[in-house]
Amino acid sequence: MKRRDLLAGAAGLIGGAVLAGAPNAAAGQQRVPSSTPPVLPPPIPDDPTKLQGAPTSQVGTRSTFVTPTRTPYGEVTGSSLTPLQDLTGTITPADLHFERHHAGVPRIDPAKHTLMIHGLVKRPLVFSVADVQRFPQVTRTYFVECSGNGRAAYRDPKPDMTPQKVAGLTGNSEWTGVPLRVLLAEAGVEASASWFLAEGGDACVMTRSIPLEKAMDDALVVWAQNGEPLRPEQGFPLRLLLPGWEGNTNVKWLRRLELGTRPWATRWETSKYTDPLPDGTARQYSFEMDAKSIITSPAFPRTIVKGWWPVTGLAWSGRGAIRRVEVSTDNGRSWADAELHGTPLAKAHVRFTHQWKWDGTESVLLSRATDDTGYVQPTRAALIKVRGLGTDFHFNQIVGWRVAADGHLFFHGES
Amino acid sequence: MTAAIGSSLLLALAVLTVASCAGRDTPARYELGRAATPQEIAALDIDAAPDGHGLPPGHGSVAEGAALFQQKCQQCHGANGEGMAPAFPALVGRDPKGEGFAFANDPKITKTIGNYWPEAVTVFDYVRRAMPHTAPGSLSNDEVYALTAHLLAANKVIAADATLDSASLVRVKMPYHDRFVKDNRRGGSELK
Repeated sequence: MKRRDLLAGAAGLIGGAVLAGAPNAAAGQQRVPSSTPPVLPPPIPDDPTKLQGAPTSQVGTRSTFVTPTRTPYGEVTGSSLTPLQDLTGTITPADLHFERHHAGVPRIDPAKHTLMIHGLVKRPLVFSVADVQRFPQVTRTYFVECSGNGRAAYRDPKPDMTPQKVAGLTGNSEWTGVPLRVLLAEAGVEASASWFLAEGGDACVMTRSIPLEKAMDDALVVWAQNGEPLRPEQGFPLRLLLPGWEGNTNVKWLRRLELGTRPWATRWETSKYTDPLPDGTARQYSFEMDAKSIITSPAFPRTIVKGWWPVTGLAWSGRGAIRRVEVSTDNGRSWADAELHGTPLAKAHVRFTHQWKWDGTESVLLSRATDDTGYVQPTRAALIKVRGLGTDFHFNQIVGWRVAADGHLFFHGES
Repeated sequence: MTAAIGSSLLLALAVLTVASCAGRDTPARYELGRAATPQEIAALDIDAAPDGHGLPPGHGSVAEGAALFQQKCQQCHGANGEGMAPAFPALVGRDPKGEGFAFANDPKITKTIGNYWPEAVTVFDYVRRAMPHTAPGSLSNDEVYALTAHLLAANKVIAADATLDSASLVRVKMPYHDRFVKDNRRGGSELK
């Protein structure tokens, strides 16, 4: 058997697995039969310059050698995590952006969907999606992070955790939409209004209370992500985008905004998304995501050899821009400033790299972010001291990777 | 050019300048969207707040709620509201280990309505909008009052023979209401 046949066989197997998996992935949803049969990847020639390539296509696909996948868990109410270790730069491809929802992904006809603004406004209004898209639009890059991101690595760090498992409930995108303050001005906000309720059109009719100051600051109502309409998992056709604030407040499938004078104490901001503290209280309406970083490569389950490696990862803060990322290769005894790729944007992921020569001895790689308020990412021990091991949200402890003498990497979560 | 013509030209220029600036400026309104009718608002505006705003007319007793719970809720949440982790949370359990409010110290303590939820009205609002899982939003207001009464009684927050309506529900104070505090994190060098 030639190498060519082996590779062709492997490609066929991959294609078959994808096809076999498709009906399961779509179970419970209406399936539209495809009019054209799926095309299996062509055989891979020994010399690609000696064979005409594949024709053009309607929708591009990833190389069959590149198969990043989210890790979904939970039925209906679940999450799927971004494969941080497979990505470079700062933009998360929309189909790999994490998902978190509490009543499944609704199917919504954009021609029928509306956004209502009412309560303490002079003119209660209903907008179609097309209406919303006629307002002055902006395009901005922001991260979104579930406030439960990192819980498993905080409470029970294990050597076999990947970057995806440790911190995959975050993504960073270019969002296009209209500033919320522009929509609110259209309705005319009453002087007495100080909070608003944002409601989604999913089966739990998700609701969060948001201070009106955020609407007047940088809140957006968005309809596009990374150049295309929002995907259903990200809130198609409209979602609230509250830069730097915990993911759950970025209400997807947005259908209603009600202005009032106090928060509503919805289930999501009382029984969920509150932070129990060691002094016997629970922090409520804790919106901002604290500064955080993680080395995404090299990481478990990779193995490295002696020589030069880019130690690279992502850093972000819900309060502003990242000012500095430091990397340690000796378990925190010494730190060096990592190179930031470009000027860090406020409330967005920034990529950092520290070029490192591994000498073959056991090492521990750590990263530590500082934001432009002067906040420094804390150690796990320091965070446990102020929050307790059982606290439920907002985990931003320093994490890293232990490099064993044989070159195997393992998650190091105890710093 | 006479002074009069010169000044009227200047005036015209000034008017043009103002007009073009106004063209670039943000208008007060874009005249998009349409008025929401009271009926449309009423159809969507189902939220209820702790001050009672939004609570509809109706009433329900603990006994009625217990019967409804067995019909519509126990298959997911268990006969005694013990839940089926992780998808279907426990609803009942008032300090099962006498632990007080020690959630930060012990991740294994299960949060329930009785030991964690700060507002009774939240039970009504959430059940009304999202339950039961197989038919969300299908319960009548009386049924939601009854289920709220049952859940609060099962958590020993109200009496076993109680009936709830909007007035009595607003008066219910949850055991750990006062434990919920504002976010005091402000960035900077202090870790909180």
